[in-house]
Amino acid sequence: MHERPARSPSTLDHPPPTNVLVVGVGGQGVLLVSKVLARLCQANGFTVKQSEVHGMAKRGGVVFSHVRFGAKVWSPTIPAGEADVLLALEWAEGIRWLPHLKPHDGTFISDTRRLVPPFACRDRRPGAPSGYVTDTAAEILSRVDTGYALDATGMAGELGNPRTANTVLLGVLSTVLDFPEEQWLDTLTDLVPAKSQAINRDAFLKGRAWAVNPTIPPPEPARSEAEKSQSVTLEITATWCKSCDICVKMCPERCLRLDHQQIVELKEPDACTGCRICEMLCPDFAIAVHIT
Amino acid sequence: MTDINVKIEVEPVNSAPHGPSEEPGQIVGVTGNEAIARGAWEAGVRVAAAYPGTPSTEILESLATYPVDDLHAQWSPNEKVALDVAIGASLGGVRALAAMKHVGLNVAADALMSQSYIGVNAGLVLAVCDDPGIHSSQNEQDSRYFARFAQIPVLEPSDAQEALQLTKLAFELSERFDTPVMLRSTTRLSHTRSPVTVGPRVEPPRRPYRDDPAKQVMIPAYARTRHPLVLEREAKVAAWVDAGELSILEAGASSIGIVTVGMAYSYVKEVAPPASILKLAGSYPLPERTLRSFAASVDRLMVVEELEPVVETALRAMGLATEGKEYFDRTGELSAEGVRAGLVKANVLPAGNRPSTHALTPMPRPPVLCAGCPHMSTFMAMRALEARVAGDIGCYTLSVIEPVRATDICVSMGSSIGIAAGMARTTDGSVPIVATIGDSTFLHAGVPALMDAVYNRSNITVALLDNHTTAMTGGQEHPGTGRTLRGEATHRIDFEQLVRALGVEWVKVVDSYDVPALYQAYREATQFDGVAVVISNRPCVLDPVKIKGPPFEVHAEGCTACQACMNLGCPSITWGDGWYEGRHKVRIDAISCVGCTLCVQVCPTDCIRLVAGQDA
Repeated sequence: MHERPARSPSTLDHPPPTNVLVVGVGGQGVLLVSKVLARLCQANGFTVKQSEVHGMAKRGGVVFSHVRFGAKVWSPTIPAGEADVLLALEWAEGIRWLPHLKPHDGTFISDTRRLVPPFACRDRRPGAPSGYVTDTAAEILSRVDTGYALDATGMAGELGNPRTANTVLLGVLSTVLDFPEEQWLDTLTDLVPAKSQAINRDAFLKGRAWAVNPTIPPPEPARSEAEKSQSVTLEITATWCKSCDICVKMCPERCLRLDHQQIVELKEPDACTGCRICEMLCPDFAIAVHIT
Repeated sequence: MTDINVKIEVEPVNSAPHGPSEEPGQIVGVTGNEAIARGAWEAGVRVAAAYPGTPSTEILESLATYPVDDLHAQWSPNEKVALDVAIGASLGGVRALAAMKHVGLNVAADALMSQSYIGVNAGLVLAVCDDPGIHSSQNEQDSRYFARFAQIPVLEPSDAQEALQLTKLAFELSERFDTPVMLRSTTRLSHTRSPVTVGPRVEPPRRPYRDDPAKQVMIPAYARTRHPLVLEREAKVAAWVDAGELSILEAGASSIGIVTVGMAYSYVKEVAPPASILKLAGSYPLPERTLRSFAASVDRLMVVEELEPVVETALRAMGLATEGKEYFDRTGELSAEGVRAGLVKANVLPAGNRPSTHALTPMPRPPVLCAGCPHMSTFMAMRALEARVAGDIGCYTLSVIEPVRATDICVSMGSSIGIAAGMARTTDGSVPIVATIGDSTFLHAGVPALMDAVYNRSNITVALLDNHTTAMTGGQEHPGTGRTLRGEATHRIDFEQLVRALGVEWVKVVDSYDVPALYQAYREATQFDGVAVVISNRPCVLDPVKIKGPPFEVHAEGCTACQACMNLGCPSITWGDGWYEGRHKVRIDAISCVGCTLCVQVCPTDCIRLVAGQDA
């Protein structure tokens, strides 16, 4: 057995590490941001732990990377409520991880762009709302100590590649952490392919310049309201139906079937959205959709 | 008919060879997996094999960045073959490593259980990566039970530096005690980058092959003589662990003593309780004397370990009164918060007032098939057929989620075909029974199942989703890609020939992007009485090259908001701003659209067209 001289709790011997949580959606470049930061911290003599989960995360799902640096780092993950900085590459993801941010003195940085997943568009009935979060930038910024919300994707698009939004946000992050600009740029340049070094430098500087005098983006334009209280009925002319099954197979909601006489019927009236595909595809005009 | 050719734009596949360039003594930031690879390389490993599986995949990918002259690194079609290859190399006289995820060890277990009796010639190490929290797996089984079961030592590093050192130690232990050794990682360790001091490669001399059938041929008479030796070995290793410097005592308050191991140690240290800490290097075999004297030195004994109470149960069996899982979760991934909460519950830490956090309701964002994923069309067809779908392990398992919602069952690698065959015995044939299985998974464990289905005259359809790669784990080669782990050209399995050789009479190869042909193929296949195989053939849009064709857009004036296209579950298609009869019209995100044309083909109003200025 090896005996270490004395118990040395990290919190007593060393100041606690700085915690940066980078979040987004698979494919947005979360890992580039955290890699740049981790390498920069290491070059400056800090102990760094950078933790992420790959695998299914890549498939459009939730991606996150914990970066902790300081004199000594134990847990690779940031405990809830202890992130000094939360950097979100997508709006709803920033909101998802907000409980990880320090409640009183945390810094929140987020792109305001919304990637609405198919899952949030599941209820297709007339007038149904999206499942996407409804919190506005002003609401979220009022809840955090220091907050930056910006259309990083739009800013990156102005430079010619909206995919460099992550680098715009890295530029904002660079104003929060105390490393020299040149070091950020050199580390970034090291980690991106040669052909995209110039645009990444531009994106970084654009984000960094924006953060000097940040603005609150205007609220999302209100969407036009759907017509309310529409009810859908299907009028089926049984004698015209020749059991071809086309409507049954093509119904997006799978709410039709052939009955025991092989005539089409609406098996799930509540699921029908009135999309009219059956009406349009029926070769025999046997179905009419009425929306009232 | 829309033109389904897509332009292919090749982006460099990311590969960051880090390994051999570092000088001994240098400190580098590496992941746990890279550290295991580095440790194996420094230990002079000559042969390494694996089947990719999150979170273990990068061990072999990293080893493949070391010089060819130093070691042979390979993908095997499954974990059992990988372990067998490593066993052969070990018995042949060179150090060998097999890497796998926890459920991969189930596949390799047959070989492991008997290899434990045989032992090794040169060092044999299994790097096994568990997935507490089920980040990307089908369960969260605790592989440490397998070490006890097979009676082989297990080492459990708590960070990347230890991963490197314990990997090297694992080879030494293996040779010293004539045993395979398990190095057990977890997702968190495997995928956390932290500083590591690297060392030089020291390759031990090759050992001569030993002609010793009584040791290496497990017929009953010989196996009976080996089993007692396994028990003797257990005692010897335990004594060695007890006498050595592997266990680390951090003496503190004597009121409470915490025994911990692996990643749990870092969470205990983060929380910094007023306690003495005994950190073990592994959970089997345990240093009994050390544990007894530690227990005697404290008023309360407590075990903090991730997943199962492996150490805790062993301590109880020693007659030591210990606490543990009544405070710390037996399911999911451990964390600093979890350890803190447990210690509060145990009255070791004061309840304190943790700062209140920002409480919000997050939006569900389940992982989805990628934009342009060639699997999407198959699952559209499954829905149209109202088939009962036995799925398998891979990206296509995601088809269980709305709106695709096509996969009905998924258990383990290669299970789909056997399950479909079994299920087909329970129906009258009115519901089509379909097995969906990817190319890599088919080669892993699907081939014997298809053989079974033909042999026993099953009435099922097999959708062989050939996307030319092992996609879910990040695009690894396999025997059907024609390339090896190191990227060399090799024989490429012809799936149609293979399937026909197994006796399947009805086989059709279709382009996954040709929706009408695909629908027709599946309709005919399910009507066929017997085993029918549809090979749905299109490369993955991410690997080995990123595919990006000209994007499409929705012409809103023609969109009737039927949302048929949204049934693809394509992440590029979402609700737009307009409405039609109260329903949301759709729009396509041009940045992520790869131009696969699947939505174009299902749109009943022909309102999805190439973005203006793009030509097909």
